[in-house]
Amino acid sequence: MSKKNPEYDFKWCPGCGDFGVRRAIEFAMINRLEETGLPMENNVVVAGIGCSGNLVHLLEGQQPYGFHGIHGRTLPVAMGVKMARPELNVLVVAGDGDFLSIGGEHIGPQAARNLNICAVVMDNGVYGLTKGQSSPTTQLGTVTSSTPYGKIEAEADPLELYLTLGATFIASGFSGQPRELAKLINQGMDHEGFAMVHVQSPCTTYNDTFELMKGNPRKGIEPLMYNISEEHDVSDKGAAYNLVQQRGMPVGIIYKDEARPSLQQRVDEIKAKAPRRSVEELMDSFAF
Amino acid sequence: MQMRDFVVRFAGEGGQGVVTSAEGLAQASTQVGYHALTYATFPSQILGGPTWTQARISVDPILSAGDDVDVLVAFNREAYDTHREEVREEGLVIYNSNDFELEGDERSYGLPVDELARSTGNNRAANMVIMGALAHLVNMPQAYLEQFVEARFRRGRANDDEIIDSNNLALKLGRDESASSGFSLGDLTPPAMPEYPQIMLKGNEAICLGALAAGLDFYVGYPISPATTILVFMERNLVGEGKFAYQVSSEIESITTILGAGYAGKKAMTATAGPGFSLMSEGLGLGWMAEIPLVVVDVQRGGPATGLPTKTEQSDLLACMYPAHGDVKLPVIAVGTVEECFFGAVKALNWAERYQGPVILMTEMALAERVQNIHRPDLSKVQPERRLVYDGSNGYNRYQGHELSPMPLPGSPGAYVANGSEHDEMGDTTHLPSRHVQMTERRFSKLKLLEENEFEADNSDEAVVIMPWGGSKGPALEAYNQLREQDVPVGWYYTMLLSPLPPALLEELKQKELVIVPELNYQGQFSGILRSQGVNAVSITQYTGLPFKVRDLVERITEMTNSHPKEMVRA
Repeated sequence: MSKKNPEYDFKWCPGCGDFGVRRAIEFAMINRLEETGLPMENNVVVAGIGCSGNLVHLLEGQQPYGFHGIHGRTLPVAMGVKMARPELNVLVVAGDGDFLSIGGEHIGPQAARNLNICAVVMDNGVYGLTKGQSSPTTQLGTVTSSTPYGKIEAEADPLELYLTLGATFIASGFSGQPRELAKLINQGMDHEGFAMVHVQSPCTTYNDTFELMKGNPRKGIEPLMYNISEEHDVSDKGAAYNLVQQRGMPVGIIYKDEARPSLQQRVDEIKAKAPRRSVEELMDSFAF
Repeated sequence: MQMRDFVVRFAGEGGQGVVTSAEGLAQASTQVGYHALTYATFPSQILGGPTWTQARISVDPILSAGDDVDVLVAFNREAYDTHREEVREEGLVIYNSNDFELEGDERSYGLPVDELARSTGNNRAANMVIMGALAHLVNMPQAYLEQFVEARFRRGRANDDEIIDSNNLALKLGRDESASSGFSLGDLTPPAMPEYPQIMLKGNEAICLGALAAGLDFYVGYPISPATTILVFMERNLVGEGKFAYQVSSEIESITTILGAGYAGKKAMTATAGPGFSLMSEGLGLGWMAEIPLVVVDVQRGGPATGLPTKTEQSDLLACMYPAHGDVKLPVIAVGTVEECFFGAVKALNWAERYQGPVILMTEMALAERVQNIHRPDLSKVQPERRLVYDGSNGYNRYQGHELSPMPLPGSPGAYVANGSEHDEMGDTTHLPSRHVQMTERRFSKLKLLEENEFEADNSDEAVVIMPWGGSKGPALEAYNQLREQDVPVGWYYTMLLSPLPPALLEELKQKELVIVPELNYQGQFSGILRSQGVNAVSITQYTGLPFKVRDLVERITEMTNSHPKEMVRA
C-alpha cells in the first residue's frame, strides 16, 4: 500500500533482508491466487511488531487483508481468524524478537493444536526497530546496545525448537533468494497444519550476516547456507534433528508430518459428537 | 406465626452435600411456587475443606441472600462453631448427630442424618432427611416435597418407584424426627405460583444463554474462578456450523484470539476474573484502536493480584472502564441479578457489534454462583444486532471519517490493515498530528451510539437517592423498600449501563443533592466516576469479600440522610 500512500513514512534500511521476504510473500500469494482462483482478499497477513511487522503495509500490488496488532501475539490472533473463518488463508509474519521472545509462549500450544496457518519468521538476530538490542537468536558473546560487554545468554535454535514443540511443517530459507523462498512459503500455506518457515533475513544496520550466509571466497569465508540434500527424508524426525544440529544454515524443507490432523479437522471430528441444542432447548433444561 | 420467608444455611465439609442440599431445597420450593435464591461460597481446595451455602425461600420475589439465618444445618462441629453466631436469636440449629454431639445449646437439636438415610435403603437420601426436617420447622406440606421427589426421580427407569419411595420415606423420617424435637419456627405462607414461565439457573449460566441468544459464534477462555463455568458451558454447548469454543493457554491468548475472530466477522467473547482481566489489558487497547467488536466478561472476585478467588467484590470497575494505556474508555455493562445476567449479555454483544469495539460485561462471584428462579426470557423479544458490514468493491478506506464506518470482512473486497498503531484511513501507520486527532475523536464519537435511556427510577423527586451498581442492587433495593416503609425520604435509581451512562439519568442525578452509592470496594469507585461527571455522589463501601447485609445498608443510609444536608459539602 505504501507506494500510493505518502502518509506512511516507515522505511526499511537500504539492503534490508525483509525486502526479499516481502517479495517472496508477494510471489507466494500470487502463486496461490493463480492456483486456487481465490481472490487476494482471501489471504490474511497477521503481522507482529518490529521491522518485520511493517511488511503488511509494504506489500505491493493486489492487497490481502492485514492485521498489525500488538507485540508477540501474532499466533493467537491468527488462530482467531483461522478458526472463525477456516476458508481463509492465514499467514503470520513476525521477527525473531516478536516470535521467539515475547511471543514464545504461543508457539508450543499452536504446534500442539496443529493450527492450520503458515508462519514466516524473519530472523535477523537483533531488535532492529528499537536500534540494535540483543534478541533470542543473537549469538552468545555478541556486543549489542543492550549487551555492552557481550551477550550473556546462549542463543536459541529456532529450528530445533519448532521440531521439539511439534510443528508439522518446518522449512528454512534465506531472504536473498525470494523465488526459492516463495516456493517454501507456498508449501507451508498448502500444508494442512502448523507450518513454520524460518527465514534468515539479515539486518544491514545492526547485524549484517549476508556475507556469513553466502560466504566470500576472497575473504576465505565459507558460506553458512547450504541446500538440504535431496536425500533428506522430510518425514523422518530423527533425520530432521540431525540436520538442524549440524553447523550451518540449511535451506529447504526440514520436516513435514502430513499424518497429523489439523486443529480444524480435529474440532470437526470431535465436536461432531456434540448434541446441537437451540437456545430454547438449552433453556428448557433449566425450566421446572 | 406466619412467615413470608426463611433462610437456611448448610455448612460442613466439601463433599458432604452442602451445596446439593441447598440447591435441592431451592428446587423443591420453586416447583410449588415459592421463590428461591442461593448464596454459595466454595472452598478454595478441591476435596473437603469448610464450605457453606445459604438458601432463601420466600413467598415473594427475592432480592438478597438474607441477613440472618433462620436455620443452620451443621454437618460437623467446625461448621457449627463457625456459623452459630449468624443464626438469629429465635432461629435453630440442626446438627448431624451422626457426626458430633452438642450440649448446652438450647436452640439446637440433633438429626441422625446418615442413620435415617441408611434405614431407607438409600444412602443418597441424606438430603431428603434434612429437607423433611426443615419442612416440619416451617410447616410446609409434605405433598410439596413429594411433588419435587416425583419430578426429580421419575425418569422412566425400572427402579423409579423404588427410588421415589425411599426418598419419600427419608423425607418422612426427617420430618418425624424434627417434629419429635418439639421445635417449630412458624408457618410459611402458602406459595402463589407465578403466572409466567420460569427457569432456575446460576448467574453464569444466564450469561451463557444470553450470549447464545444474541448470536455468539466464537468463545475461547482460560480456567479461572469464578468464570470457569462459562468456559465449561460454552465448550459443551457452543457447537455446530460456524461455531467455535476452545480452551486456550492463557488470558493473553483469550483476548488476542477473539480479536482475530472479531476481525474476521464473528461475534466473539471470553470470560475471566481479575487476574486474567489484567493480562488482557493490552489486547483490549488493541480492540479499541483497531475497532474490533468483542465482549469480555469480568466475573469479579476479591482483591488485587490473586486476591480472594472465591469471595465477592466490586472492585474492578475502574480497571474495566479504563483497562489500558492511552486514551481508552470502554463501554461497561454491570449486571445485578440473574435475570440481568441474561439481558446484560445480550446487550453487551449488541453494543460490541453496534459501535465496533470491545465491551466489558461485569458480574461478580456472588452472582455467578447464585441459583435463582427467574422469569424465563422471551427469545422472541431478543433482537440480535449485526455490525455494519462493507459490501462495496476494493479501494475502500476502512477508517474513513470521524464516525463509525462499515467494516470490511476478510474474504470480501475492501482489504485493509486492522492496525493497533495510529493509522490513516486505509489502516497504514501514521504519526501525523491531524490523523491522531481525527482517529481519537472517531473512536470516542462511536460511544455515542451506545447512549440509551434505560434505567430504573422510583421516587425520583427526592433530593437524596440511592443508586447501587451490579450485584449490590439486591440488598440496596431491599434496604430502599424498608426505608420507604419507615418514611425515610430517599429515592431510587439503578442502571446496568455504567458507561456510557444513560444521558437522561445523568441529567437527573446531577440535580440531586446527594446520590448514595453502595458498592463493595474500598475506594468508592463508582461514586468517584459519578463525581467526575458532576454528580454529588458518596459511597457506602464494604470490603469484606461478602455481599452487603440489608440491615447495615438501612442503618448507614439512615445515618447519611439524617446528617444531610447540614454536613453536606456541595460538589
